Amino acid sequence: MGVYLVQFLTGLASASALFLAASGLSIIFGVTRVVNFAHGSFYMLGAYFGFSFVQMVGGGAIGFWVALLLAAVAVGLVGLLVELVILRRLYKAPELFQLIATFGVILIVQDAALWAWGAEDLLGPRAPGLTGIVRIMGTPMPVYDLVLIAVGPLVLLALWLLFNRTRWGVLVRAATEDREMVGALGVNQSLLFTGVFVLGSMLAGLGGAIQLPKGGADLLMDFGILAEVFVVTVVGGMGSIFGAFLAAVLISQLNTFGILIWPGGTLVLMFILMAVILIVRPTGLLGRPETVGHKAAAGFEQALRPAGPHYKLFVGGLLACLAAAPVFVDEFQLVLITDIMVLALFATSLHFLMSTGGLVSFGHAAFYGGGAYTAALLVTYAASPFELALLLAPLGAGMLALVIGWFCVRLSGVYFAMLTLAFAQVAWSVAFQWSEVTNGDDGLLGIWPSLWASGTQVFYYLALVFCVGGIFLIRRVVFAPFGYGLRATRDSTLRAAAIGIDIKRQQLMAFVFAGAMAGLAGGLFAFSKGSVFPDEMSIPRSFDALLMVLLGGVESLSGPFVGAAAFTYLHDELITFEYWRLLVGSTIVALVLLFPQGLAGAAKHHLGRFLKLEADPEAAAPSPRRKAREA
Amino acid sequence: MSAPSTIERATDLPSLAVRNLNKAFGGVQAVRDVSFDLAEGELLALIGPNGAGKSTCFNMLNGQIPADSGSVRLAGEELLGYAPAEIWRRGVGRTFQITATFPSMTVAENVAMVLMSQQRELFSFFRSATHRHRDRAMELLDLVGMTGQADRPCGVLSYGDLKRVELAVALGNTPRVLLMDEPTAGMAPRERLELMGLAARLVGDLGISVLFTEHDMDIVFGHADRIIVLSRGALIAEGNAEQIRNDPLVLKTYLGEGQIYGQAED
Repeated sequence: MGVYLVQFLTGLASASALFLAASGLSIIFGVTRVVNFAHGSFYMLGAYFGFSFVQMVGGGAIGFWVALLLAAVAVGLVGLLVELVILRRLYKAPELFQLIATFGVILIVQDAALWAWGAEDLLGPRAPGLTGIVRIMGTPMPVYDLVLIAVGPLVLLALWLLFNRTRWGVLVRAATEDREMVGALGVNQSLLFTGVFVLGSMLAGLGGAIQLPKGGADLLMDFGILAEVFVVTVVGGMGSIFGAFLAAVLISQLNTFGILIWPGGTLVLMFILMAVILIVRPTGLLGRPETVGHKAAAGFEQALRPAGPHYKLFVGGLLACLAAAPVFVDEFQLVLITDIMVLALFATSLHFLMSTGGLVSFGHAAFYGGGAYTAALLVTYAASPFELALLLAPLGAGMLALVIGWFCVRLSGVYFAMLTLAFAQVAWSVAFQWSEVTNGDDGLLGIWPSLWASGTQVFYYLALVFCVGGIFLIRRVVFAPFGYGLRATRDSTLRAAAIGIDIKRQQLMAFVFAGAMAGLAGGLFAFSKGSVFPDEMSIPRSFDALLMVLLGGVESLSGPFVGAAAFTYLHDELITFEYWRLLVGSTIVALVLLFPQGLAGAAKHHLGRFLKLEADPEAAAPSPRRKAREA
Repeated sequence: MSAPSTIERATDLPSLAVRNLNKAFGGVQAVRDVSFDLAEGELLALIGPNGAGKSTCFNMLNGQIPADSGSVRLAGEELLGYAPAEIWRRGVGRTFQITATFPSMTVAENVAMVLMSQQRELFSFFRSATHRHRDRAMELLDLVGMTGQADRPCGVLSYGDLKRVELAVALGNTPRVLLMDEPTAGMAPRERLELMGLAARLVGDLGISVLFTEHDMDIVFGHADRIIVLSRGALIAEGNAEQIRNDPLVLKTYLGEGQIYGQAED
């Protein structure tokens, strides 16, 4: 009995840090409508700052707690900097750009932490005076856990008082309801936004700091907590702080008891819990339905035009160059172009989902990796021939997309994005932890194509056919009735439903199709490298795809190809530096601030009219010949 | 108020038979025991002050929000419990108070979209949709006088033109019943009469039964075959323009019990 009670209390204790981080995210989102992806980084910084401050201030009991509070304040200052320098300029930009920018911050923080604290995991300092153990019904339990248990409800109470008993808190709540109105009433919005962002950052920092004695500090904390925080926010209901508390307790309990019942299966349990809650209550435990009209990515709603004559010429020229490439370039460059084409297919599949479907997925790598693992597992365990494995890769990824998408399409906007990220993190964890099958971090090796396709040139042509074919197929689907129906659901759910379009089904099919295409890219990737690692499913890989789409410009259909090329070039240039993440992160942030339309979008904006890259609206009307044929 | 028995003849089933419709939001009974019939080919106006429950009624009829209880039958077939898309397939179309169109598509494509949906082509992945059903779409646009702008994106149209496009979209599948939520809201007085006249003529030609809400009494009295009045969620009156104009309960609802400025000076 005592064992279970202590286990329960341990669960409550670990819920506190999670709750602090999740409530911070919720508060920031409520007012600024920015999902702060760097929130996990703030949590990590809280731990690192706490570690350093405890060393500086010394070992006294008061000193320890002062140090933790100082860590929270320091993280608040980092938040202040991020808000002032980056986010303040992006509040009016499409959400995607804000998210990409905060992702840039993640990379910058990762390298900054690496530089300041080194790569070694840091063991957290014990809390002076609280290092002992109490026995509860005979089972030992750290005293510090009891403190942690108290922190969660105390912060909850403090937040409640802040939001219900102070003028500032009332303003924050009002802004959460309707920020235009609050602005119209003469409240200084930028000050309010900055204040809220700093408060949220401080909460994340405090969360990271108080778990120091239990968990220490390491460089993987940021993505780890981010996925958990997203699950908590989705399960608890976005914008509900009490919901976040309930969900944090629920998830932590599930984790602590899950280890007792089914060690290694905790992720699956979390997955099931999330699934059940979302089926019963799509808006989360205490969430309210989303306000209508909240869009994931404004700015996609522009008319699509079939390719114009010059664009067709341009694409034809590009294809001719690609076909002739083996004659002119050396083997190393050929491999590089193969990589670009594979990534372009991956990015195009995400672009399809985002631009045509308005569905911004933050976990698209799950299907890229899903395809790669499908191929690799088939080769490793079923001794499947290369040809079959490559063809089954999109099928496996498509099936994974069917399962994940079935849950995700129940949500929309940022909730959809968060859930895709959480599921992708689950997929990554399975690949990472289930080492009996996936070989864990060591990956699956020896995944080579058949002999006939193993030469660099032959494989290049194979990749060319599949990637270009895949991209053309996606483009074809955009202009097919399916693509139109999908665009209809993005443009107006109200009208789409009122003309008989089953919105969720249309979106799910799009999700599966995009997943399958990403899987094809993943399969090609596996055979081109001869190996697969869990990295292919990780959050950074999902962001690579987003970054390529962003670099190419979300509004142009050819963007992903440009984006993939730019990405590969940047990546290869920067990876040689020790602190390449810092450079990539800064580049991302700079690009978002300078070119909110992406590279291809910017080029098109300036040259498009001149070069006739799109068909003339008048010319889009059917020619008399065509009319006659249709009649 | 009980169901109007005058229309319930055994020979022809009403297009839409609404019985004892109820909806509460928290403690507020937004719609209470509403029953009425929409006869074949009839133009029925649903009027009432702001907050009377008109939009709630509409949203229940096309499945956008679930009813607490009651029944809605389309030519005898129960509709409650179906999703909006399903109800549309069964023959109930609707237009919205604030127009809902697809801004990234051209006017012609907006109409073609309905035809693609009606013919269940939405899961066709490979054939081109660019000029699909163009001829039929142009016919429909001709009816509402929008052929001249067929290839402009809906996102750049004026509000009045959007209303016309929406009308063409709503007629696209020739529904049995059309629900029009304030068809002329937000338009200039002259445009209003013109549009409502057009809508009335078209549905008359196609034999579509229409239920519409409207705040402009000129339009209601000018075009409705029959009028039902909703107040605080319940039906309080039913009849033709003359009857409604003189109904003491309706007058009280709209004007209150106090004196009106003009009357006091007389």
